[in-house]
Amino acid sequence: MTKFRTNFINIGERTNVTGSAAFKKLIVGGDFDAALIVARQQVENGAQIIDVNMDEGMLDSEQAMVMFLNLIAAEPDIARVPIMIDSSKWSVIEAGLKCVQGKAIVNSISLKEGEDLFLEQARKVQRYGAATVIMAFDEQGQADTVARKFEICKRSYDLLIAKGVLAPEEMIFDPNIFAVATGIEEHNNYAVDFIEAIKRIKAELPHAFVSGGVSNISFSFRGNNPVREAMHSVFLYHAIKAGMDMGIVNAGQLAVYEDIEPELRERVEDVILNRRDDGTERLLEAAEKFKGGKGIERKEDLTWREKPVAERLTYSLVRGIADFIVEDAEEARLTLGRPLHVIEGPLMDGMNVVGDLFGEGKMFLPQVVKSARVMKRAVAHLTPFMEAEMEESGEYQKAGKILLATVKGDVHDIGKNIVGVVLQCNGFEVIDLGVMVPPQKILDTAVKEEVDVIGLSGLITPSLDEMVHLASEMERQGLKLPLLIGGATTSKMHTAVKINPNYASGQTVYVPDASRAVSVTSNLLSKEMREAYASKVRSEYTDMAARYANTNSKKPRATIAEARANKFKINWAGYTPPKPTFLGLKRFETYDLAELADYIDWTPFFASWELIGQYPRILKDEKVGEAARSLFEDAQEMLKRIIDEKLLAPRAVIGFFPANSIGDDDWEIYADDAREEVRLVMHSLRQQMARSGARERANFALADFLAPIESGLKDYVGGFAVTAGEGEANTMAAFEADHDDYSAIMFKALADRFAEAFAERMHERVRKEFWAYASKEALSSVELIGETYRGIRPAPGYPASPDHTEKALLWQVLDADNQAGITLTESFAMQPGAAVSGFYFSHPDAQYFGVGKIERDQVEDYAARKGWEVAFAEKWLAPNLNYDPRKASKSAA
Amino acid sequence: MVDLETRTKRIAALHQEALKRIVVMDGAGGTMVQRYKLSEADFRGDRLKAHNFDLRGNNDILALTQPDIIREIHDAFLEAGADIIETNTFNGTSISQADYGTEHLVPEFNRVSAEIARKAADEWTAKTPHRPRYVIGSLGPTNRTASLSPDVNNPGFRNVSFDELAAAYAEQSRALLEGGVDALIVETIFDTLNAKAALFGIAALGDDLGFEIPVMVSGTITDLSGRNLSGQTMEAFWHSMRHTKPFSIGVNCSFGARDLRPALADIARHADTLVAAFPNAGLPNEMGEYDETPEETAAFIVEWARDGLVNIVGGCCGTTPEHIRAIVNAVEGLGARPMQSEDPALRLSGLEPFTAVA
Repeated sequence: MTKFRTNFINIGERTNVTGSAAFKKLIVGGDFDAALIVARQQVENGAQIIDVNMDEGMLDSEQAMVMFLNLIAAEPDIARVPIMIDSSKWSVIEAGLKCVQGKAIVNSISLKEGEDLFLEQARKVQRYGAATVIMAFDEQGQADTVARKFEICKRSYDLLIAKGVLAPEEMIFDPNIFAVATGIEEHNNYAVDFIEAIKRIKAELPHAFVSGGVSNISFSFRGNNPVREAMHSVFLYHAIKAGMDMGIVNAGQLAVYEDIEPELRERVEDVILNRRDDGTERLLEAAEKFKGGKGIERKEDLTWREKPVAERLTYSLVRGIADFIVEDAEEARLTLGRPLHVIEGPLMDGMNVVGDLFGEGKMFLPQVVKSARVMKRAVAHLTPFMEAEMEESGEYQKAGKILLATVKGDVHDIGKNIVGVVLQCNGFEVIDLGVMVPPQKILDTAVKEEVDVIGLSGLITPSLDEMVHLASEMERQGLKLPLLIGGATTSKMHTAVKINPNYASGQTVYVPDASRAVSVTSNLLSKEMREAYASKVRSEYTDMAARYANTNSKKPRATIAEARANKFKINWAGYTPPKPTFLGLKRFETYDLAELADYIDWTPFFASWELIGQYPRILKDEKVGEAARSLFEDAQEMLKRIIDEKLLAPRAVIGFFPANSIGDDDWEIYADDAREEVRLVMHSLRQQMARSGARERANFALADFLAPIESGLKDYVGGFAVTAGEGEANTMAAFEADHDDYSAIMFKALADRFAEAFAERMHERVRKEFWAYASKEALSSVELIGETYRGIRPAPGYPASPDHTEKALLWQVLDADNQAGITLTESFAMQPGAAVSGFYFSHPDAQYFGVGKIERDQVEDYAARKGWEVAFAEKWLAPNLNYDPRKASKSAA
Repeated sequence: MVDLETRTKRIAALHQEALKRIVVMDGAGGTMVQRYKLSEADFRGDRLKAHNFDLRGNNDILALTQPDIIREIHDAFLEAGADIIETNTFNGTSISQADYGTEHLVPEFNRVSAEIARKAADEWTAKTPHRPRYVIGSLGPTNRTASLSPDVNNPGFRNVSFDELAAAYAEQSRALLEGGVDALIVETIFDTLNAKAALFGIAALGDDLGFEIPVMVSGTITDLSGRNLSGQTMEAFWHSMRHTKPFSIGVNCSFGARDLRPALADIARHADTLVAAFPNAGLPNEMGEYDETPEETAAFIVEWARDGLVNIVGGCCGTTPEHIRAIVNAVEGLGARPMQSEDPALRLSGLEPFTAVA
């Protein structure tokens, strides 16, 4: 890349059909994808503006300009720079100006056809919001002498200012770069004329810019790139010194002035500066000699392979390149003598670089996991050697030992696995007990393995209670280890208010995401930092708990009676509930994965990798876009494998049942449409936030969406349970054998997405086909994800229906164990983990809501309806309680 | 239409005022209308009883079917102390109205909406002559984007063109001016190219009418990275709009005032014109409701004012007359952002700004 003074502006020339035969071929052939790559390379190679020109007889230039600019607009890594819209036809320029949201440059206008047209076009440039290149061209023709060049530029400048059309800083003069060394004597001074013209323009036309098409200068050396590049470089060296502000150049191919071979440079300089009469001949002579030398081509750069082995290892780790890792690790082992020295030396150094870049936000999680994969491969290669010499060298000391587990009753582990990988990357030894781990096993293992920290993960709300339980067991059994809490439903507030107070002997710390896991763990294990850090966390949590206790007592709340009085009132008169096309169950023993792939919502997929942002915008995000794109490509590859090799086996069951609401908050499912025999009673929870005034929202409960029994209407409810299927185990084992955490996590994350996509697709089919109340609905996947359709599918355990135990009743009616192979754990998590279940409600006004916090009056009422002890209800509803059950029962006593 | 001399005087006075003190605009029209919980029948009124599209949600049409409600909302904001009210015409282009099959009513309801607002403002000006009230014609973003494809598989496709947008905005603007607005605002801009087309159409209309139409320009950002939907940073957006020499530049909607501040500061750092900002009442809660209190919103805005970021403030989604009253009281006596100039430079943009000095 050029090393000229940094404020020279490089305008990329390769997206110009008149200047690049390769680009012309792509455009004429309609290969716009490849044409975009040309544009991207220009930007990557340092073009700060790109020139787009479609002036080719074979083309509909207007249409090609519009298409190419529209496509560029969808490529953020190209569209970040301004566009120069280049055409000799005004209509093409105007078509282009209508496509760019940024402030562009028009290339060009001139006095060629007189002042009127010049002013008219300049006014349009202003109105479209562009700057413009002005050619030194007038009614007499193109200027070739210094005097003519300057005179035309000055006339243009004065005219535009006098008429108030454009400000000087929006004028970019192009005093015509013509070819030198053509053999025609009159051409010999063209470069000098241009350079002299620059000086006058810069001196006498304040705030205006000077630009030019640089490659014209070397036109007579077509086919000899080394000489052309040298000419461009020498020409620019002198033109920039004279004040040239910008130039249309091949940004990837500028030689550095000082690097040009001295003999060639001298002869080129003779020509450019017209220093001797025989300059052209002498350059022609030399040209033959330099022709063989290659231009500065851009190809896959393997020069890093020539560096010392330690640097190569770091390079591979930072970029996640696995191709050479085993050979480099072996070379390092032979050089350093012992495998341990390789791990503790260059590999750890490399991972520290990764860790630092990650900490600074310069690398993102998917990249780090890829680095970890490379690291693991290297370590796998070295392990046999280490085992062989274990006796003499003793055991390898890790930075610390962490026990990770997903708590009893919960099967979700993507986040936990990521934390494990990140910790390993940073030198910690990780013991991962997997999912559904009973508390005593966690505690026993912690003691036996002498771990330094315990990390708990969970996704469903009952896991919160498990964590509280485990914390109190740690206290009771006298452990002192730090306890880390993470997972989707956990929060700092819950940790501070519910978990931390139960474990006074050790420190509990909430870890919001994998990227924090390392710093938290390091702080907790560092002798110097530990005390200060723990006491800071402790006082923060104590404050939070105190504040929580205060604010919560102040908020106005509705009693359950008030909430019921403000229930969501549907006008049932005149409404006929749609009847499903069948009653009872329908099972799907398998399902087409390719069909489901279209229904995948990618936004949560990125979130599971801690890349936060809406898909597809995230792909263009300034900060994480690159990481997101690379992750997305890998995901597409895995997706294809899953589909082609049928790595997942989706199964599902759906069912429709006669149902009516009874009382205020419950609803009955009947054995058949005669509605005489009640099969079971479902219970819903009602919002208790204070509402006031008629214009306020209702206090919702799911029961509000079903016709009450007194209405005499025959209403129905649906149920579903879908899973992406078993088949995980073998695939996962293969990835693990290959030390490929990246693929393993990717596979799991995609299995989850398939389950969600399956639920979405099934709901669509239910609406259109099985319940068939929306047979005409035609929504795009974006609208599907945006949930603009009629009807809802709330799941037990989620905001509208937070009691997980209701899932057992859903299982009763769906027979989901047998029909779909999905079982429930004691905490009502579904197995396989990639599964989704819920109810279907069909009323057009049915909507999602969150029950939020509930009061003791409702909990007592709910317990009575379910035949539970109040304390038992409080255990299952713990995340939703708006009171502390211990205090409440004391004060009641 | 307001005669040219009156408008010129009014705009000059407003400009002067906005340099002296923080001028306050009204709050959200749309979320105010929602509070009336109008039915399909209410939206149709007598006039459009037999219209063959659903009209519920077409707030702009209320100028014809429920003019009293529109007037009531204007009065509520004027009573709260707003200096400027916006017409209830956020979706008033033929492009947006196509969803409701009401394109043919665009000239009429925009004119009537402007007349309602004009009458309200004039009556309040008569009541409080020391505090004249102004009417700005609102032009929203439309439901289409000129620089984004609606089809992910076909990124070169567009479902609306620059020329269509320019013509639609010009049609709406003409009607608003006929109805008596003092100036226009192109607001909630999520696609800069749409806005460029709007300003292009308005400039052409100005040629036609024989005067330069004052326009406020207000972008919106779609996430905390501080970019608009079409991907531009706020400084790049300013570079794209600067050639229109807007009466004011700024931001609205997006988030609450707290999260809007970085984007606003970005614009205020560069703009050589007045700066206007009107945030939402915080972020919507899990129920989709805005629950930032008037005092909270006002407190953020006071910070903006103290730090010299704004000349004109107001409210967007979820802000009520109470919010505006709180803002009016809070900014009372605070000085406005001083006018600043920019050195001559070439200010280009793609998604990012590019500045070069000759």
